[in-house]
Amino acid sequence: MIRLDHVEKTYRTRRGDLVHAVEDVTLEVGENEFVTLVGASGCGKSTLLKLVAGLTPATRGTIHVRDAPVQEPFPDVGFVFQQPVLLPWRSVLDNVLFSVEMLGLDPRQYRKQAGDLLELTGLGGFETKYPRELSGGMQQRVAICRALLPDPSLLLMDEPFGALDAMTREEMSLELLRIWDERRKTILFVTHSIPEAILLADRVVVMTPRPGRVARVIAVDLPRPRTIELEYDPRFKAASDEVRDLIFAGRGAPR
Amino acid sequence: MTLRRLATEATVPTATVVGALALWEAATHVLGIPRFIMPPPSAILAEGWEWRYRFLGHTWVTLYETLGGFALSIVVGVPLAVLIVYSPALRRALYPLIVLTQSVPKIAIAPVLLLVLGHGEIPKIIVAFLVAFFPVVVDTATGLAATPPELLDLSRSYRASAFKTFMKVRLPMAMPFFFAGAKVAITLSVIGAVVGEFVGSDQGLGYVILSATSYWKTELAFSSMILLSVMAIVLFGAVSLVERLVCPWLLPAGEE
Repeated sequence: MIRLDHVEKTYRTRRGDLVHAVEDVTLEVGENEFVTLVGASGCGKSTLLKLVAGLTPATRGTIHVRDAPVQEPFPDVGFVFQQPVLLPWRSVLDNVLFSVEMLGLDPRQYRKQAGDLLELTGLGGFETKYPRELSGGMQQRVAICRALLPDPSLLLMDEPFGALDAMTREEMSLELLRIWDERRKTILFVTHSIPEAILLADRVVVMTPRPGRVARVIAVDLPRPRTIELEYDPRFKAASDEVRDLIFAGRGAPR
Repeated sequence: MTLRRLATEATVPTATVVGALALWEAATHVLGIPRFIMPPPSAILAEGWEWRYRFLGHTWVTLYETLGGFALSIVVGVPLAVLIVYSPALRRALYPLIVLTQSVPKIAIAPVLLLVLGHGEIPKIIVAFLVAFFPVVVDTATGLAATPPELLDLSRSYRASAFKTFMKVRLPMAMPFFFAGAKVAITLSVIGAVVGEFVGSDQGLGYVILSATSYWKTELAFSSMILLSVMAIVLFGAVSLVERLVCPWLLPAGEE
């Protein structure tokens, strides 16, 4: 589905410093695979998502999605960010419809599906509310519905649960898995949280910072559907130890 | 807000104002203050009533100038803000000019403008515009630039055109900022119109104040001032009302 070949991204900051955000990343992501990218801040995880979405060009290397080179944004992508970034003047339903509207589709034909998605994410009955009337977790659910409505085959998630409290976060992870179970897509999911990365993923891509490189790709050998109890599974513990070692290896810090 | 709560909240301020007016009235009589120095509220009210028909015309002129200046500040200010936000080159070119127009005291420009443009309402409208447009430009530009970058990325990933993104995302996002500027602008417009009238005119509430004071008719000047502030308050309220209609999402939860 996605193929990155020796992708490199450097850019200049406003002060003129050269930043190596991503260096020599080679990675393949299969159809309907759930891949998480984990690493410390500043390791180019978010840049990698933007590269895949075609929002920013690679300095070197090539990116292919479905064998087509990515040079500009393409419509088969859904984006979810750390902040829900909803439109405060639109109702929940109209916020969900925003994606199809921006794609140039007729929002009236998607009202039913938008309602179904809200139902699926536990937001049935909130269609006419404004975003400010919702909790952070509910707002993020709306943002996920917005990304899912055009039914993209690729979902890019940039620390989508990073701004939520720990309990909501766990709940949302499981919910995302449930949705993904119903509507299979390829998901690239960036996170700071090691347990989250393992709980969700088929494979975890561990990245090291400055410049952002892939340290290792770890296949998660855990059964699906995943549950919170799996965190006590020795295989979970082994995977999270491996990730932690890789992240902290270059720092000489105790784990 | 319920009517009952409104009544409870209004009690203290109303009592304060009524009390102050009563004190004022009593003081002028007891202390025998001459009317041209400090007229009692009753005399101001009586004089205002006496002038009610003539005031209609003068109020209309000042209102017309104020609204003209305000409208012009929006018609010019909003496109300027758009240019500034969308073009870094224009921002560098225009910002110094805009700040320059603000650094010159408007009361100093007014005589020159009247000299160039002659009498009538147009120069007053222009003075009102010059005073009022700055907050419209600055606040609208701030609002247009306040769109979260993620939303712009999102629009781009859906391949929406720049125009569509402007209409559906940036412009509505800037609305609360625009209204903040417009509320300042409408009150500044009143000031601009009066300043224009002070410099040279034969009608308008500013003119009435100026000529009343030169004839020692202090109570007439006071009633003009009251009319001016009522006008400013009503105009401010009107802009706030439009804001509520255009941006209903800004109401705090549970108050619709």
